[in-house]
Amino acid sequence: MQNGASDVLNQFRQGDVDALEALFRQHQRAVYGWILRITRNPATAEELTVESFWRIYRAHARFDPAQGFEGWARRIATRAALDWLRTSRADSELSIEDCAEVAAPVEADPAVTAEIRRKTALTFGRLPPKLRIAATLAVIEEQPQKDVAAALGISVAAVKVRVFRALRLLRKDLELQGIRP
Amino acid sequence: MNAHDEEQMKKLLRQAVPPVKDDAGPGRDLWPDVLRRLDTRVTEPALHGWSWLNGAWFDGALLAGLVGLAAIFPTAIPVFLYYL
Repeated sequence: MQNGASDVLNQFRQGDVDALEALFRQHQRAVYGWILRITRNPATAEELTVESFWRIYRAHARFDPAQGFEGWARRIATRAALDWLRTSRADSELSIEDCAEVAAPVEADPAVTAEIRRKTALTFGRLPPKLRIAATLAVIEEQPQKDVAAALGISVAAVKVRVFRALRLLRKDLELQGIRP
Repeated sequence: MNAHDEEQMKKLLRQAVPPVKDDAGPGRDLWPDVLRRLDTRVTEPALHGWSWLNGAWFDGALLAGLVGLAAIFPTAIPVFLYYL
């Protein structure tokens, strides 16, 4: 079994499309889920999953089978999602209503009104993509900082700095709107 | 912003933007789309005249431009690093 998996990785490195399909079948759900956590839009996540696997195939010669496929694919998917955040008007799309379809149920705090939640979501959507993606993965999705750092290609310390800057900017922008958390 | 404020902001953010469900998956098989994309992108460079822009030399030229700018305006380096 281990040898079979290793063969697939080696064949993929040679540019074998059948090996790519095998890896796609094995990892598409994880890649899609990771992108969805960043974009929060199922249609965009599907589109970016396709884009990510195209980028993965394009980079097959640089793949190191010893490093494993999942982390490498996640890093490429994160880059694709970051590119999308930079070029799209994602800020206007991030709202509780849009997220409702894919969001897990959370216990609502009665002290936080729907209007405050809406404004917070919109303000968060306007943060610089690099800060927003770190805060989304580390704070909202509560992914291990080690995984977030690997996906973003930065250190754990840099993730902490980006999260802190994101929260500080968010707080500042909310205060300008008269919202004091 | 102190640690208490940071924690409050995290709580507010989680209320405003709930996490994604763990079982989320694509609604359809995406492999045909990947295959179509592979076919399209393989033939793409022959279709237009700007494919040379994708070359590695373009990245090099961009980097050289940045280094040149940094040499002419060294005070802009911290600003550039801040926005990285």
